[in-house]
Amino acid sequence: MARRVLLIEDEPNIIEAVSFILSRDGWTVHTHSDGASAAERVRAHPPDLVILDAMLPGRSGYDILQELRDAEETRGIPVMMLTARGQARDRELALSLGATHFMTKPFSNAEVLDRVRALAGG
Amino acid sequence: MAEPSSRRMLAGGRIRARRLDAGMAQAELARQVGISPSYLNLIEHDRRRIGGRLLNALARALDLEPAQIAEGAGGARVERLSAAALARGRPTSDAEAFASRFPDWAALVETQAEMIETLKAQVAGLSDRLAHDPELSASLHQVITAATAIRSTASILAGNEALDRDWQARFHRNIHAESLRLAESSRRLAGYLEAPGEGDGAGAAALSPLDQVEAALDRLGHHVPALEGPDPAMSPEEVAKGVSGLDEAAQDILTVWLRTYRADAAALPVETVARGWRETPEPLALASRLGCALPRLLRRLAALPPGAGPARAGLVTSDAGGALGPRRALDGLTLQRGAVACPLWPIYEALSQPGRPLRALAMMPGETASAALCYAVSTIEAGPDWTAPPRMVAVMLMLPSDIAPAETTRRAVGPGCSLCPRDNCPARREPSLLPTPSRML
Repeated sequence: MARRVLLIEDEPNIIEAVSFILSRDGWTVHTHSDGASAAERVRAHPPDLVILDAMLPGRSGYDILQELRDAEETRGIPVMMLTARGQARDRELALSLGATHFMTKPFSNAEVLDRVRALAGG
Repeated sequence: MAEPSSRRMLAGGRIRARRLDAGMAQAELARQVGISPSYLNLIEHDRRRIGGRLLNALARALDLEPAQIAEGAGGARVERLSAAALARGRPTSDAEAFASRFPDWAALVETQAEMIETLKAQVAGLSDRLAHDPELSASLHQVITAATAIRSTASILAGNEALDRDWQARFHRNIHAESLRLAESSRRLAGYLEAPGEGDGAGAAALSPLDQVEAALDRLGHHVPALEGPDPAMSPEEVAKGVSGLDEAAQDILTVWLRTYRADAAALPVETVARGWRETPEPLALASRLGCALPRLLRRLAALPPGAGPARAGLVTSDAGGALGPRRALDGLTLQRGAVACPLWPIYEALSQPGRPLRALAMMPGETASAALCYAVSTIEAGPDWTAPPRMVAVMLMLPSDIAPAETTRRAVGPGCSLCPRDNCPARREPSLLPTPSRML
């Protein structure tokens, strides 16, 4: 069975490009664009990996990450944060909240694929 | 905080200190104010109180205000000097003595301490603005988001794996849409960074004197009718004083620029250069025909009114240290100031070969990036006297690339190493902040 990635991102063209390259690599890609209901979505259908944008409508990606790490059923899911800000304090914040990896936009497709394979054991 | 009163200098001490600083003997001061040296000695050791006419006479003789003797340096000033000393970990015990003995120096230190605090507040304000300004943050986010989508989508299209036509068309549409968004958000970002809002004190204060002069010259169109003709309507100094939005340093820089402008205008009237350019649109040939120095003609060609010379022109000047004077950009293209500039621009080569005219088509990086036809030359000007070192100045005129003669040498230049994507550049002195082709998918 294909492994599942949940991409939580609100930019449609980024969603389409990342979904395409992951699907082509054999992953089942689900997407979610609303920050407010993102944690609930993860709990309802836990994926093998979450790719989480830091800036989402409705709720910050950092808040979502914290909720995922606080809940028993989602604590162990690898989360890769995406952010347009590459400052040290953003990286530190993400990692301190429990992000498994932190990636700065604009990223390369190869970088995303390599990291997804490594984090979800694909 | 001021020192306790027991350590504060009394009136006699202030008189003695001021007299010694002035190199005046006790007897001389006593004679000037009409008392005996022994009585002055008692006063100086605070064994006699003074006031009234004697205080006024002593103040006059020592070039002080009576209050400066009677009350010492203002309490507020001593407080500020002490605070400035404390802020830098220095002892404060001598603050009053310093203020009393050297009131002018104390005023200078006080002013500079205030200036430092003002500048620190401005820097903090600007840092805060960069870190937290919602408009800047939103613009940057838009730019990075569009760049991410374009990069990722373009990588798919450029990849080796076959794509069916529907996906290709879809990704092309996405790239097109994102490129429009990128263009718009970049334009907004550039506008935001170039034009601080009205009443934005921190932004206005952040402009360097050279920035202020360049902004003023852009407003003038780099042409000053009041300095043209055999009998100009105004002097360079008068023109500079009439330009608003300049601090004192910027006024000085603009005045020097305007003096050079006036000398160029007197030697090369607009009509002469305009007619010459129509008939000989090549700087070196035209300089020879007009019998003028090439640097002067290059400057003049960038300072003509619309329609009189090249359709568009940029100009850069540099001293021997590579420091640039006020720049005129060609369609937004110019050199960066300071040590971050790309050293491959012809103006820097001209500095190493005084008197040799250089022509090159300077190509910025990228398939569709801008280019400029550059004419550069440097000259050595004699110092003001026999012992002063000579002064080297380089000038580079930048014209649109589409008028470059076919045989013009092409030269790769860049925006400076940190912003330049060129791999394997022999002039690279620091890594680029941008992803270079070898690091991209």
